[in-house]
Amino acid sequence: MADAGTADGPVLDVRIWRGTEKGAFVRYEVPARANQTVLDVVTWVQRHREPDLAYRFACRVGVCGSCAMTVNGRPRWTCRTHVKRLPAHRPLVLEPLRNLPRIRDLVCDLEPFFARWERAGGRFVPTATRRDPLPRIAPDSTARRAVDAGIECINCAVCHAACDVLAWRPEYLGPAPLNRAWTLVNDIRHGAREEVLDRTSGDAGCHACHSQASCSEFCPVGLAPTAAIAGLKRASLWRLLGGSRA
Amino acid sequence: MSAGLLFLLQRGTAILLAPLVLVHLGVVLYAVRDGLDAAEILARTRGNLFWAGFYGLFVLAVSVHASIGLRAVLAEWTGLRGRAADTAALAVAFLLLLLGMRAVWAVVGAP
Ligand code: SF4
Ligand code: SF4
Ligand code: FES
Repeated sequence: MADAGTADGPVLDVRIWRGTEKGAFVRYEVPARANQTVLDVVTWVQRHREPDLAYRFACRVGVCGSCAMTVNGRPRWTCRTHVKRLPAHRPLVLEPLRNLPRIRDLVCDLEPFFARWERAGGRFVPTATRRDPLPRIAPDSTARRAVDAGIECINCAVCHAACDVLAWRPEYLGPAPLNRAWTLVNDIRHGAREEVLDRTSGDAGCHACHSQASCSEFCPVGLAPTAAIAGLKRASLWRLLGGSRA
Repeated sequence: MSAGLLFLLQRGTAILLAPLVLVHLGVVLYAVRDGLDAAEILARTRGNLFWAGFYGLFVLAVSVHASIGLRAVLAEWTGLRGRAADTAALAVAFLLLLLGMRAVWAVVGAP
């Protein structure tokens, strides 16, 4: 593969954030290729210009959720974002994700993101052992479909970075943990469904969401946390009115 | 008060306010188009229990709806949370209620 360290021919004008909370954008010229993802661009810079450039990736095919960055002001998974298909924008500006502490360069600390999954009661609580028969769940039941709609989350934190409410209210649980919570509320095998509702219907939970859907707009796998959060709102209302959960 | 209850109250008052606002706009249009002056309007509203109830309910719904919304705005834009935000929102609710009820009294109350 023509991956030379020289930038003859067409080049991309790239600015990459170097530093922690304090830092600056550094300009690089990267050879433009016919077929090139944003992650390819970062990797080229790391291999040919800045061996100590910090960034994260693992699978390179949109499965692991570790490569998310802010690309021209928008949160994106960089391994599946083709430079050519980005809206026209020069230079190409790369920063770490918003709403998370920065560790170095393009890497941010995801601990506050995953801590929210715990706070939302996102850990599965089994109700059966391996010796019990498998529960039967009708694939077309409302609950099962609600689970299906939210189950494919890859924990990339793109939605977390896209959410304005999180920027204003740092205690807000945020879209991904609430999306996870809604799948558990609808999972009849989960042993703490009421507790999930308790944990997610407080002031920092589903009722803080504005339903403005930035999370759903940017989720790279096409989930709709906004819809899941609306489900949690409904369920918490039904419970308040003395009914059963949704 | 729980976040869920506040949500319920705010959505409930929103549903209530939708028709109330429409009727209110209709009343304003009617009064203006027919060229009624203040005395003629007051002649129609004074002692009228229907309008007393209508605008009384209107003011109550607005006070609840607006103060809950304001509580969220305070939390997001000024960082005011918990007890402080609750107190501020409650103060606004009572202020709106007081001013609104005074206005209702001026329109339907005894001269
Ligand atoms: S819909 Fe809710 S969770 Fe999603 S970005 Fe908007 S406020 Fe955040
Ligand atoms: S909901 Fe979508 S954007 Fe949010 S973490 Fe999961 S996959 Fe990423
Ligand atoms: S590197 Fe795994 S999702 Fe991008």
